[in-house]
Amino acid sequence: MRQHISFYVGDTLHHLSDLPPELTLLDWLRDQQSRTGTKEGCNEGDCGACTVLVGRLEQGALVWRAVNACIHMVWMLDGAQLLTVEDLRGPDGQLHPVQQAMVDEHGSQCGFCTPGFVMSMVALSAQRVDLAELEGTLDGERIINEALAGNLCRCTGYAPIVRAMKKAAAYCARHGEPISARTPELTARLHALRDGKTVELRSPEGRVTLPASVDALASAYAQDPAAVLVAGGTDVGLWVTKRLRRLPHVIAVRAAQDLHQIQTRPDGALWIGAGVTYTEAMPHLVAHLPAAADTLRRIGSTQVRNAATVCGNIGNASPIGDGPPVFMAAGARLHLRCGPERRVVALEDFFLDYGKQDIRPGEFIEGVLVPPLAPRSVCGVYKVSKRFDQDISAVLGAFVLVMAEDGAIQQARLAYGGMAGIPCRATRAEAALLGQHRTQAALHAAQAAMKEDFTPLSDMRASAWYRATVAANLLARLFEAGSVTNPPGAPTLENWQEVAHG
Amino acid sequence: MVDPQKTGTQQAQAQLRSGAASMHGPAQVAGGASSSLRHESAHLHVAGEARYVDDVPLPPNAVHVALGLSGRAHARILGMDLGAVEAYPGVLCVLRARDIAHHNQISPVGAGDEPLLAEDHVFFCGQPLFAVVAQTRHAARHAAVLAKVDYEDLPAVLNIEQARAQGSALVCRSLEMTRGDAPRALGSAPRRLAGQLAIGGQEHFYLEGQAALAWPGEDGEMRVCSSTQHPTETQHMVAHVLGCPNNLVTVEVRRMGGGFGGKETQANIVACLAALAAARTGRPAKLRLDRDDDMMVTGKRHDFVIDYDVGFDEQGHVLGVDMELAARCGWSADLSGPVTDRALFHADNAYYYPDVRLRSMPLRTNTQSNTAFRGFGGPQGAAAAERIMEEIAFATGLDPLDVRLRNVYGTTERNMTPYHMTVEDSISAEVMTQLAQDCDYRHRRAQIRAFNRTSPHIRRGIALTPVKFGISFTATHFNQAGALVHVYTDGSVQVNHGGTEMGQGLHTKMVQIAMREFGLARERVRITATTTGKVPNTSATAASSGADLNGMAVLAAVRTIKDRLVAFAATRWQVAPEQVRFTADGVVVGEELVPFATLVNAAYMARISLSSTGFYKTPKISWDAATGRGRPFYYFAYGAACAEVAVDLLTGENRMERVDILHDAGLSLNPDIDIGQIEGGFVQGAGWLTMEELFWDTSGRLRTHAPSTYKIPACSDRPRIFNVKLMDNVPNREDTIFRSKAVGEPPFVHGLAVLHAISDALASMNDYRTCPGLNAPATPEQILRVAERLRQQSGADHAQVHT
Repeated sequence: MRQHISFYVGDTLHHLSDLPPELTLLDWLRDQQSRTGTKEGCNEGDCGACTVLVGRLEQGALVWRAVNACIHMVWMLDGAQLLTVEDLRGPDGQLHPVQQAMVDEHGSQCGFCTPGFVMSMVALSAQRVDLAELEGTLDGERIINEALAGNLCRCTGYAPIVRAMKKAAAYCARHGEPISARTPELTARLHALRDGKTVELRSPEGRVTLPASVDALASAYAQDPAAVLVAGGTDVGLWVTKRLRRLPHVIAVRAAQDLHQIQTRPDGALWIGAGVTYTEAMPHLVAHLPAAADTLRRIGSTQVRNAATVCGNIGNASPIGDGPPVFMAAGARLHLRCGPERRVVALEDFFLDYGKQDIRPGEFIEGVLVPPLAPRSVCGVYKVSKRFDQDISAVLGAFVLVMAEDGAIQQARLAYGGMAGIPCRATRAEAALLGQHRTQAALHAAQAAMKEDFTPLSDMRASAWYRATVAANLLARLFEAGSVTNPPGAPTLENWQEVAHG
Repeated sequence: MVDPQKTGTQQAQAQLRSGAASMHGPAQVAGGASSSLRHESAHLHVAGEARYVDDVPLPPNAVHVALGLSGRAHARILGMDLGAVEAYPGVLCVLRARDIAHHNQISPVGAGDEPLLAEDHVFFCGQPLFAVVAQTRHAARHAAVLAKVDYEDLPAVLNIEQARAQGSALVCRSLEMTRGDAPRALGSAPRRLAGQLAIGGQEHFYLEGQAALAWPGEDGEMRVCSSTQHPTETQHMVAHVLGCPNNLVTVEVRRMGGGFGGKETQANIVACLAALAAARTGRPAKLRLDRDDDMMVTGKRHDFVIDYDVGFDEQGHVLGVDMELAARCGWSADLSGPVTDRALFHADNAYYYPDVRLRSMPLRTNTQSNTAFRGFGGPQGAAAAERIMEEIAFATGLDPLDVRLRNVYGTTERNMTPYHMTVEDSISAEVMTQLAQDCDYRHRRAQIRAFNRTSPHIRRGIALTPVKFGISFTATHFNQAGALVHVYTDGSVQVNHGGTEMGQGLHTKMVQIAMREFGLARERVRITATTTGKVPNTSATAASSGADLNGMAVLAAVRTIKDRLVAFAATRWQVAPEQVRFTADGVVVGEELVPFATLVNAAYMARISLSSTGFYKTPKISWDAATGRGRPFYYFAYGAACAEVAVDLLTGENRMERVDILHDAGLSLNPDIDIGQIEGGFVQGAGWLTMEELFWDTSGRLRTHAPSTYKIPACSDRPRIFNVKLMDNVPNREDTIFRSKAVGEPPFVHGLAVLHAISDALASMNDYRTCPGLNAPATPEQILRVAERLRQQSGADHAQVHT
């Protein structure tokens, strides 16, 4: 048992023991460390002005992740290397190539979002050494858009920032990226911080338990079921910053190293442990559910996916979370644990009602198991929101049809987000499809049946009319020519130009 | 001694007439005015070293302020129990209306309808009720939510429809502009149609929220670091609420993290409360609003409902226009008068209306008090003009571009605006024609129509729209500016002026003017924070006028100092004044090249003043609101944009595929910075018209009060292909600073091209027979609704859309 956390900020090693559970990294940096380069724009993880880089060892290798400091708790940094905008200058004071390119390309106007952009851009240039080679390709554009989706700028219209990104990438391709150059040194010192111990922090405001293993987590949570489990904190962070909630006892999910497993089992099912972030899961998920790739990349932003876990997205049971409908359509099963006891529930059975799940005090999600797609499956996953990137869905439809050899629909799983108080399946529409061929008549029957499935709400994201209309129309996308073999599916704004020009 | 005011301006004008020949010819220094130079703070921005209000180091005894807000849209306050607030650990005191000993009133136009803290009534949900002062920001925020307020609800008027239905009061007088006889022209026109355009509001979403830091000094002095676009007004308001003369208050702003009009008057709320807290406690006090509070408290762009009636002929010529422009102004007047006025000033956009009548209707509602926002009502007025052009195009079957070209202002005829100002500088037709050629508009339009015939769900659209934007404050007296320039004995220069830097590059341009005039490198000219202590009685940095006004004032100050140096050098070196020239290599005096620092130091030794103020007032302008006549604008800035979009008819999702913009910045002071203004202004305008939607629930609570619910454009929302160019070699016809044109607001209007391109895509559903009547913001839902209506009208079954 350790009673402090240790992490580096720049080249300074910090040991902290009496941390309030709710102390955000942003407040700590600005108020206690005088690192005011990191800005507060929204205090809810949506604008990216507070973006910082967290370096951690993943499978022994140093990996940089851009995160929103405003909803990242300081205790999350145990064993990490933090870099803020103040750490980017070279040894003789020269700007990082990303910073220099931003100056040269007029990438800043008011400058307030700029440090956050710079950090996201440095993260990208440190991770994608091939970015310069992709310039001018759709992939190259998509990668930049994805990396910057979590950074808002109100002045520039983004064009000069993207130009700066490309210029910096070209420079780094020729001369190397300075942060990456320090990898061996930083890796070694992070290795030295690892001791595999459970950590317990106490302060007048409360305590934080960082269990080193899932067993330790199970016992800590069984002992104090009133504790709040926190994984990436992208949801709980807002409880703190916006609802001003107190967290007297926090148990950290991601501290347990054995919850970081992600693997394909011999039967083809994909296991995603409770500590696995969306970013870590992404390549596995894309391989496992190719039709979901475009939607998964639009969950939150890069910063959010770097912190948020797949299982946390399920566990918080939001009716508008994007993960649950996707996993529900895929037939995922949730593995729950309470103390030593384990049980498994189908994902659709986990969500009982708005704010109510099939979970007992002291019970937590250990992982989710996503079975392989059956042969002859037709899949479509469609996210619809006011803004393309980093927006909460008005409607999300995730569909899996399993076809018989004669082309009839043998099994239908039509899962939706945004249509009810919980993510749920359109059971009547599914029933209308069973045994049918993929004809317009079958589509219309399913669309008619769907009216009985849902009574959606009207709110600031969309009206009930829009949600109902789009939910039905998304099914039409699934029925379009081309989606018999998937992907590519029906033309959407994401792919139509490729389709049209290809 | 020369008169600094007169001499500077006169010589600026003389130089403009005579070009480089005079002793004030450009010094050809790299990065000087009229060439590109990076933003003066860029190296600080990227390193996190640029300091904003919240970054100023605080002494340990500083206190922090948080606000308690009304939870009701319109109510009488029966009681306010602040016991739990006051008892919260760390709380020092709570300020409410009755604690303001002097004036609890911050109406910027003297309307007397804007209490700083609510008194016995609340007029919108989010109105500040009280301010908690605590040792930490954390304590202040946690305490503020503990108040128990007892309300008696009163009927609330939330939007334009309700306000009209209930005959709600106006927040200020209505303006009417007439020229000719609109009813008669409408009655006799071969074709006539009427319609309505609804156009949404917009949250500024400056990345840096409202913030102020107040330092009490000795003997009642108060120094305020404020994120304000209008330091002088903030100074006046702080003095007003403190009940002290203006000379005790100094307001300083080094830079803002974005303003866009949102910090023209709204910054006063925060600055006044910080100053009150500082005065009460005798300690430095900071108020930085949380983003949600910022969006709940402060005003936004006005939403409008515009009813239009237009008469025209078969060739698409407008013959008469009658329009009523109703705006949701919110609970107080604020700047709604001049904003709705400017909507009328731009209800013609770039078009000549032979007979015209325009009326504004500034409606009072129980919502945030809408305020200045880039364009200041102009974009809403221009949107109505473009809807009229679109209506005529669909009615006549003409290409909308042809309708637009047939109606743009001429230069010698058809050149009188609805407010009786003669348009002398119209280049709309040239700009539009050149852009249409450059971006291949006609050919692409034909291709898009062919594509749409065979594409069931993805439809494309294209539109090319102009902008003509009037430059000057319509309140004539605001069109003045001051500057203060110091030359130090080492030859380094400090420039100060009345404008504020919010990202637009104003300070950079001011530095460039001094560089060009003195022949100095960037490192030798420093700009300092704007402060009411150096340049007093300034106007807001607004109306795109920052560089026009302050640039001339800086030039006047610089020229005054140069005149003294020239006179001194001529005497000392025994040459004619004409033989003294400032160059990048130093000052040429006769046959000698004297380093600037040497000359300056010698002048100092000879007891020559090396410091000067500068002053400028815009000539030629006048405006009489009572008669609706005058020349409110010194000149117009022009441009055109062509947007191509793709729309998904199953969901209403849309995307900008390509945008081309050609814009008139005169002889640009800094082409790179101006292109940045155009790119950024366009994307902001496109966001306003597409995804940015303000949503109040039926109780009057704003539900889009954070970036999680209010969506400004993100990186991937920029056009996939984005070409922005400045017009070549188009010097301003008027004597502006180095013949440049203002560039802050006009490009915002280019966003209209996107709305019309989406409309064009939707029109394909009914074979381009019906004007889609697309309102803004064109969210996916709005687009799908219009698609649904057009589908029903056409009777065709283009898509398997389920209803």
